[in-house]
Amino acid sequence: MSTRRVQAVFRKELREYRRNGAIIVTMAVIPIVFVVQPLVALLVASGKASRALAHQNLLLYVLAVPAIVPATLASYAVVGERQQGTLEPVLTSPVRREEFLLGKALAAFVPSVGISYAVVGVFIAVVELFADAGIAHAVIRGPEVVAQVVFTPLIAALSIWVGIGISARTNDVRTAQQLATLASLPTVAGTSLIAYQVIPATKSVAVAFGAALVILDRVGWRVTSAAFDRERLITNTK
Amino acid sequence: MTSGGDGDAPAPARSAAAISAQALTKRFGERTAYQDVSFEVGQGEVFGFLGPNGAGKTTTVRTLGTLLAPTSGSATVAGLPLVPENGVEIRRRISIMPESPGLYLRLSVEDNLACFADLYEVPKPRERIHAALRTVNLLDRSRDACGALSKGLRQRVALARALLNDPEVLFLDEPTSGLDPVAARDVYELIGDLRGRGVTIFLTTHRLEEAERLCDRVAILNTTLRTIGRPDELRDRLFAKTLTVRTAAPLPDPACVLAGLPGVDGWRDDGAQYVLSVTEPSLAAPAVARALVAAGADILSIGESRHSLEDVYLELVADEGAPRTW
Repeated sequence: MSTRRVQAVFRKELREYRRNGAIIVTMAVIPIVFVVQPLVALLVASGKASRALAHQNLLLYVLAVPAIVPATLASYAVVGERQQGTLEPVLTSPVRREEFLLGKALAAFVPSVGISYAVVGVFIAVVELFADAGIAHAVIRGPEVVAQVVFTPLIAALSIWVGIGISARTNDVRTAQQLATLASLPTVAGTSLIAYQVIPATKSVAVAFGAALVILDRVGWRVTSAAFDRERLITNTK
Repeated sequence: MTSGGDGDAPAPARSAAAISAQALTKRFGERTAYQDVSFEVGQGEVFGFLGPNGAGKTTTVRTLGTLLAPTSGSATVAGLPLVPENGVEIRRRISIMPESPGLYLRLSVEDNLACFADLYEVPKPRERIHAALRTVNLLDRSRDACGALSKGLRQRVALARALLNDPEVLFLDEPTSGLDPVAARDVYELIGDLRGRGVTIFLTTHRLEEAERLCDRVAILNTTLRTIGRPDELRDRLFAKTLTVRTAAPLPDPACVLAGLPGVDGWRDDGAQYVLSVTEPSLAAPAVARALVAAGADILSIGESRHSLEDVYLELVADEGAPRTW
């Protein structure tokens, strides 16, 4: 595997993001929409609500962000290139399938994880600074912050491989984006169920969840590589 | 054999031809894109690949460029067997300029080329990018977004991209499509320069005058390979050499004058002129002139009829009806 070729794809993607306002807006809007409502609810809540909140894991709700944000980017990765006619020149270069996919995945991973960490950072800062002290104490808990740090990249990676896999098998950008968003919903559901204590947030659940994500990330990488068929992508005949 | 060979195996011994195809066939399910195609392209040769839409030209180029796997047959490209293990190495040695430039329109010209310089892992990428842009006269537009360029300029950027890796074999698919005559002439000159540097050029084109002007040899494909050779060879192979004779007045007894002359195989009265089938025009023409003068005819002109590559193409392709398109 050539690091330089992976970097070439990665850098090219980031340059395109910077010049594509729609992508930046989508990346910014989704997390805002997702955290504004619970954030406002926390800010207006009185200290009495802290007892109820202590039995929830509200911070884990923000783990939905790394599931949703990269889906948009990843789902554009292959079908977007096809649609603008740039895939064929790239595939005639010496780039290998794995290098191309890894470059694409990294380009979606870095900003998505960055945004997700930024969102949770802002969420914690706003709650600590402006919410009732009791509320802040009930919501911001060490283990959940650690869970955010650990699970965010794992969730983002899974969402990216699913998105790229869908992108490699569809012929239309919009369809790919809708399917990728749909595919990220089970992860969102999982994190929400844990956040609201439907699934208890215990150490063993965390370990099982983490192990499942690691396995799914590896499977996702393999399945996505297999889904990337040069011949089908170029001729649309298989 | 599968497509998209990503293998990076050590290169085996090289063959003499830059491209060699033996009985190459590509089918998509029931449909045949091309069948039983065999040819060789020598190192440093400019080889024209002609044929109507849907004849299989682009599919052949994609196969030779390792994008598609042949259904059967074998080939060597840039001296390497066309097998999946050689995919990366073949792509490193060749360049393909597709008909559609396929540029990242939001990125600048330089950013587009920088991406490909890294994909080809070219040493000193900045210098190579500038050299390629100088070659296509676009150095002053290097910071412009590709989306802001005209179709012709985008085509030139694509050509610069194809030159970045200093390819041994350059596949050009309709390189002058959409270019104005001056830009097209620049491309012709560039192809001439590349030929001078020993680059093998595989030129796919619809423009027959372009092929006649640039190519050492041409092949005409219409699913199967119809013919291959130098343009003048193809003319000779398909059309009898003829002399056209015009006289001020019809000859009273043309058979008496024209039959049996040395080098003249036959003749026909075409109304205003006589068309003579000859073995060698330069030998027959003086004999015909002497015979006409001896017969008291006033000669207006004696000329060799020249058939163009277009005549060859039409003879081989146009009468077959429209090919399938995919």
